[in-house]
Amino acid sequence: MKKLIIVLMGLLFSGFSFAQEERSTMEKDTTKLEEITLVGRRKLSNYRQEKTLASIDDYLEKSNKITMIKRGSYAWEPSMNNMNSERLNVTIDGMQIFGACTDKMDPITSYVDVSNLQKVSIGSGQSGSENGHTIGGGIDLQLPNSKFHQSGLRASVDLGYETNGNYKTGGLDLEYSGNKFYFNADVIFRKSDNYDAGKNKEVLYSQFQKYNMSLRSGYKLNDRNTLDATVIYDKATDVGYPALTMDVSLAEALITAVTHTYKSNSDFVESLESKLYFNTITHVMDDSNRPDVPIRMDMPGWSDTYGFYSKASMKGSKHDLSLNFNGFYNRSLAEMTMYPNDPNQSAMFMYTWPDIRTLYSGIYAKDDYAFNDHTTLSAALRIGFHQNEIAKETGLESLQIFYPEIGSTKNRLLSSITANYQIKKEHYDASFSGGYGERAPSVSEGYGFFLFNSFDNYDYIGNPTLANEKAVEVNFKANYHEHSFHLGLETSYFYIMDYIIGSIDESLSAMTIGADGVKVYDALSHAQIFNVYLNSSYKFSNALSVNATLGYNYGNGSNNENLPFIKPISYVAELNYALPKFNAALQLEGNGNQSRYSSFYGEDETSGYGILNLNLGNELTLNANKVVLKYGIENILDKNYSTYADWNNISRQGRNCYLNLSYVIH
Amino acid sequence: MKLKYILPILFTALFTVSCSSDDDTDPIINEVEGLFKIQELTNDTHTVELFNTAGEFETGYNEISIRIKDIVTNDYVENASISWMPMMQMPTMQHSCPKSVIYKGAGKKTVYTGFIVYQMTNPDGSGWTLKVDYTIDGVDYSAISDIVVTQSEYQNVSSFMGADGQRYIVAMEGPTDFKIGNNNLKIGLFKMETMFSFPVVEAYKLTLDPRMPGMGNHSSPNNTDLTFNMADKRYEGNLSLTMTGYWVLNLKLFDANDELLKGENVTEEHPKSSLYLELEF
Repeated sequence: MKKLIIVLMGLLFSGFSFAQEERSTMEKDTTKLEEITLVGRRKLSNYRQEKTLASIDDYLEKSNKITMIKRGSYAWEPSMNNMNSERLNVTIDGMQIFGACTDKMDPITSYVDVSNLQKVSIGSGQSGSENGHTIGGGIDLQLPNSKFHQSGLRASVDLGYETNGNYKTGGLDLEYSGNKFYFNADVIFRKSDNYDAGKNKEVLYSQFQKYNMSLRSGYKLNDRNTLDATVIYDKATDVGYPALTMDVSLAEALITAVTHTYKSNSDFVESLESKLYFNTITHVMDDSNRPDVPIRMDMPGWSDTYGFYSKASMKGSKHDLSLNFNGFYNRSLAEMTMYPNDPNQSAMFMYTWPDIRTLYSGIYAKDDYAFNDHTTLSAALRIGFHQNEIAKETGLESLQIFYPEIGSTKNRLLSSITANYQIKKEHYDASFSGGYGERAPSVSEGYGFFLFNSFDNYDYIGNPTLANEKAVEVNFKANYHEHSFHLGLETSYFYIMDYIIGSIDESLSAMTIGADGVKVYDALSHAQIFNVYLNSSYKFSNALSVNATLGYNYGNGSNNENLPFIKPISYVAELNYALPKFNAALQLEGNGNQSRYSSFYGEDETSGYGILNLNLGNELTLNANKVVLKYGIENILDKNYSTYADWNNISRQGRNCYLNLSYVIH
Repeated sequence: MKLKYILPILFTALFTVSCSSDDDTDPIINEVEGLFKIQELTNDTHTVELFNTAGEFETGYNEISIRIKDIVTNDYVENASISWMPMMQMPTMQHSCPKSVIYKGAGKKTVYTGFIVYQMTNPDGSGWTLKVDYTIDGVDYSAISDIVVTQSEYQNVSSFMGADGQRYIVAMEGPTDFKIGNNNLKIGLFKMETMFSFPVVEAYKLTLDPRMPGMGNHSSPNNTDLTFNMADKRYEGNLSLTMTGYWVLNLKLFDANDELLKGENVTEEHPKSSLYLELEF
């Protein structure tokens, strides 16, 4: 590995060997496309204002780049650039963590809560490859930094209530911060009954309940070295999935990490952060609450991940270099037990994820090079070794039914490379970037065994012989500002080779009762995905402003079929009024008609919709303590609608009045 | 101080000696290890012991181990040649069933093996008798007794009339344990020539369509037709099982000219072939 690091560093430096000029100042994070900061959630923000107690899912949905695929009111699946779970790399503070549900009912964003995090860092396409390989992008849910503020003890209480679904939230946060030691504990509890879609139509099995606890503590060993420890425990019970035939009786995660940080202002190595982590997830799917099912079944799943990373950031005269060496070992196991209606027959059992072990180790290097005050070139490279092993003999044997020749292990070499050129001038900025990335098939795509997909009504069989999926991407982004006016354009194009998707195998017989047949994961020779967003804003005065975004997406496969889950034309328009202690926002949000739907992959046409939201916020001072009040009405017109991202067209929430109260005690 | 060094040496020596002394005596090998005794048939001179893995006879294919003990010397006979005749007493007639010849087990001194396929039994397990004839040093002996054959929970044998007017018996002969994955299915096919003669039928073909009635008649891929294996005198093919549970193996029997003798395709209207075997694991 050491050799590899040296080679990589050499490569990067040789590319910019004329770097002896004086270093010019450079804005940080210019290539990180977007960051959603959560730390300000108890402040009044005047742009697409959020509730203080909104879930991570709600926060993510506010980002232009991200759409949430919904199977109910809990555990939404993020999708970026029209690509979801398998094509994204979602991490918690650089830690790999994998959901334990074969039906994607537990995206890892469901195992953390806003109270755990400081910000969410989103990298579109290959710019999101810092923590792992991806096609669509990376989402890193970042934990707070060490807080040696000497601010002493501080507590805050959050309470929330929403009328739709009788949704109650309560949170408690306790923090002590000294100059050598800090400690932070928080707990948050959420409970919702079935929500009502527009026109008071109750959506059955949409209830959920969860709590999340986190403990964080750090100790400053000396001026340069800090040790941090984090434990997050998240437990959801009684989660309904109205779009699916099964619910979840338990989704439980324990996430732990120990981090060592070295910081220096003078040395070549500016900071060195190393983390050891472990997380374990238990996910229990069952259908005991459903009165009418063709067959009773239990589908528990487990996912354990052990990993580490060590990242360094270094400064040359004009360079800003970061390195990240990381690795993980994951064990994914899921099984299915079915209870025949004939009580004389014994239960039927199979491994749906036959104990798949994934071992990954790779290195990432990135260099930002500033030519002068307003032009920057950055390049990043990731190379990794990826191995899958079928640990259970039964698992190997069951897959050998379909692939008699396969062995228990499969090794892959994955690479990713990207470069970004950026210009910043007084009235405009622009960036061009290109990249190439690869990913290994996910556990389900490679090794899933009769995974029922209720979206297209097919059973899916994994394919261990799949080639790596590869993508070439180009991105362009430009912004123009003049006085109070702003206009921006952002566009990406992905050409994906060996695009992994299920294809029907007529010779196979469905396992799930009522399924239309069996699909085997296969690859299209290529697919292309394109998106473009236009946004603009205008400030009438310091208090009053308006902004709007218009988006268009396109996705097509080499078989000349539309890809599924491609967002139709979308728009958001917002009128903001903001004073230091009060703000208000009226928002119109909607999609056009989904005319380019993919009937081939089980989609139907979703008609357009538009909804109106009103958000209000006040900041008060009470006995020298701060009170933040946020309240409003969502879907004011009580429209009954569903979007292209709603699994099986389940309707979204109807009118909802909410109130969030935060009380911060200093 | 000295003792500290001497003791380990002493112990080592002791163990080395005790280990090597074993080699001198002839080890007594239990030739029926892992088997359970079903029954003994006794006459004036010998006891005929019958074993299998279950310790009882069940309908279907029974692999049986036999040992003959001399009542006088208490020694097991090593040079017998054995044959047998199972017989079912019906109200108006008698019939036998498919059975193998009996060989001495490979590498065995006193244990002989063979199989019997009981195609049916009475609800209380009664009706069958087993007669064992054997010759030792040119002298013929015979032992006979009633035996109990219990009904198997699942249909692992089927007796039927083919389209050619002949009666046949198919019996599942292996594997002994099924697994999720590919299984080497072994099926015996016998023709009922007379009430007492059930020879193995060669060169026919069985097609296989396994289904799970509990899962909407879900089938599995990669199953192969069963063809005759000359060495083992049985039909073999691949049976793939995607999950544990109750499976129906729908069969169709074709003769050497590819004429269908029994069985139908499984369709939505016709969920089960008239020729089938069952299993659960």
